[in-house]
Amino acid sequence: MAEMWINMGPQHPMTHGLWNLRVKVDGETIIEAEPVVGYLHRGWEKLTENRTYPQIIPLSDRLCYGASMSWSHLYCLAVEELMGVEVPERAEYIRVIVLELQRIASHLMWIAAYGTDLGLLTGFTYAMRERELFLDLLQSVTGARITYNYPRIGGVRNDLPAEFERDCLRALDFFEKKLDEYELIYDGSKIFLMRTQDVGVLTPSDGMNLGVTGPNLRGSGVKVDLRKTDPYSVYDELEWDMCTHPDCDCYARYRVRMEEMRMSAYIVRQALSKMPPGPFRVKPPRNAPKRTAVARVEDPRGEGLMYVIGDGTDKPYRLKVRSPIFVSVSAVPAILRGYKVADVPAIMGSIDMCLGETDR
Amino acid sequence: MVEESGDSSDRKFSENAIVDLVRGKFPEGVTIGGIGPRRINARADRAALYKLCEFLKGDLGFEHVSSVSGVDRVDLFQVVYHISSYSNRCLLEITVDIPTDDPEIDSIAPLWGGADWHERETYDMFGIKFRNHPRMERIFLPEDTHYFPFRKDFKLWRR
Amino acid sequence: MSAKEFMEWSSQVFDEVMRASGVKRGVDKITRPIWSWALRNSLFPLHFGIACCALEMAAASAPRWDAERFGFVFRSSPRQCDVLLVNGWITSKLRPDLRRLYEQMPEPKWVVAMGECAISGGPWYDSYNVVQGVDTFIPVDIHIPGCPPRPEAMLDGFLKLQDKIRHSTKGTFLED
Repeated sequence: MAEMWINMGPQHPMTHGLWNLRVKVDGETIIEAEPVVGYLHRGWEKLTENRTYPQIIPLSDRLCYGASMSWSHLYCLAVEELMGVEVPERAEYIRVIVLELQRIASHLMWIAAYGTDLGLLTGFTYAMRERELFLDLLQSVTGARITYNYPRIGGVRNDLPAEFERDCLRALDFFEKKLDEYELIYDGSKIFLMRTQDVGVLTPSDGMNLGVTGPNLRGSGVKVDLRKTDPYSVYDELEWDMCTHPDCDCYARYRVRMEEMRMSAYIVRQALSKMPPGPFRVKPPRNAPKRTAVARVEDPRGEGLMYVIGDGTDKPYRLKVRSPIFVSVSAVPAILRGYKVADVPAIMGSIDMCLGETDR
Repeated sequence: MVEESGDSSDRKFSENAIVDLVRGKFPEGVTIGGIGPRRINARADRAALYKLCEFLKGDLGFEHVSSVSGVDRVDLFQVVYHISSYSNRCLLEITVDIPTDDPEIDSIAPLWGGADWHERETYDMFGIKFRNHPRMERIFLPEDTHYFPFRKDFKLWRR
Repeated sequence: MSAKEFMEWSSQVFDEVMRASGVKRGVDKITRPIWSWALRNSLFPLHFGIACCALEMAAASAPRWDAERFGFVFRSSPRQCDVLLVNGWITSKLRPDLRRLYEQMPEPKWVVAMGECAISGGPWYDSYNVVQGVDTFIPVDIHIPGCPPRPEAMLDGFLKLQDKIRHSTKGTFLED
């Protein structure tokens, strides 16, 4: 059979964003793959050099719109490290709560999209319905549905609203029951299991060498979670476990995300009960000193890192973003090789793409 | 950053042990800038970088490249490597200076596959070439772009 | 007279007779409401997510808003679509592809620019790689402001598009 190149993208129902996967096939088997990115590149890092430190927070929301909270939090963390700002403890707890709610919303978005990829439209409608629950909670805190502009350098913008704890606990109670329902739908679907089990195997050594992080790496059985191994905020004061799965395939990645949602709900409950009273914001200095700082967090999609260079003015000299999906996409050719073309949506869907942060 | 005391037992090397080993192996060419909890800053010469990375990967258990970033300091370029280790739980920052008239450095993509696209991005944005890289091409911008946008002499058109 | 010339001549005569007798205008007037009803109640937007607004597009078709009750069904091929929903910033790399998608869609077609980025470049107004608005290279019918607009706003924009179709559709002969 003759070998040929197939373009999947930029407009393709599989892509979840805007990119192009070129695959070289021999019959039905993929022998080579080449992702083409850059359709969303807007020079984010260059734009930040022309804006003051507080002006960059809404821009960093738009880095990854699936999990905007964690990106603006990461930016604030890096600048706090640069300026030497101490964040009040109440603000740290509020941040943990909104970050974990954001993680659940992001994973629900992923589950919904993965359902449509694999023909489980019921999964889409169910997961999107519960996602609205968490977007409503975040909206009651921040006032927006997707791009929040909520963390600030030295704290958060406003305190939690009245009755937030009651609403949040009710939402979590409801959600945990629904999570069992998802498992009935997804794990009970024979087609879903056939299309995900033993498909897209990523061995632990390959995953580490290729720089894959986050749930994709934990799905390969590697116990790495920056909330544990390089703790930031108050994650080391809370009791929780890392979620891993030893199977290395798409199904393992799905299982890791399901467990992480449960664990996030558990963390939110704990943080709500432990939250101390006090101030939620301190005033940061206007100008940053002449030094460098680096911060990294566990984004819902993997390791996010920001490297800031201050030059004594109120604008950063250079701001570098390390996006988890940018590196995971570069590992795609190694994962895809040897599988059939029909497996591409299952494998690419399991990586949880977000192109806004990839292209920056 | 909160200093955690309980996790030192399951680590292979502590920060100080890593610094001592690197200093013993590279008496010149590598200088250690500062040590913090789970953070090490270092500067390396352009010629010593690849050897240092080989040593880090082979003997010290640094499995993961977090990022490779370019910096334009106007009179010189810098490439900043963030290399992290899962077994040592530590992040190593290596800064390498490069002259502007000869922007070339050894690629570390043969050691860590994760550095591949980071280096391509640095080339795309700064024009810094990486020797022995499997595919040194533009990644974000179209192939026919004739400028390197992140250099300081490139001004945004509405500014 | 060749066959081709005869065809041209006959259709010209037929056209003139129809126009002079007023039959053409009558047929147009009778069929216009039918065409308009059919077009505006089956607007199929292209399933094409670019950036943040794509999430709101997905949320609009999810249970809480359920865009399908207005007849907005997302299709994956541009050849089956009437509406090009541009929901994000357009970079110089995407611009030729978007233009090609627009050319591939059959007439009649409409373009909706959703969000600040598609309208004017939005927060990336000074970027070197972002096109300053989709209306610089594609004719746009409806602008939906917001960053990102809520799903209600998106539905409202589509209802406005239905209104526009109601007032501007032509009849069978596509003449006014």
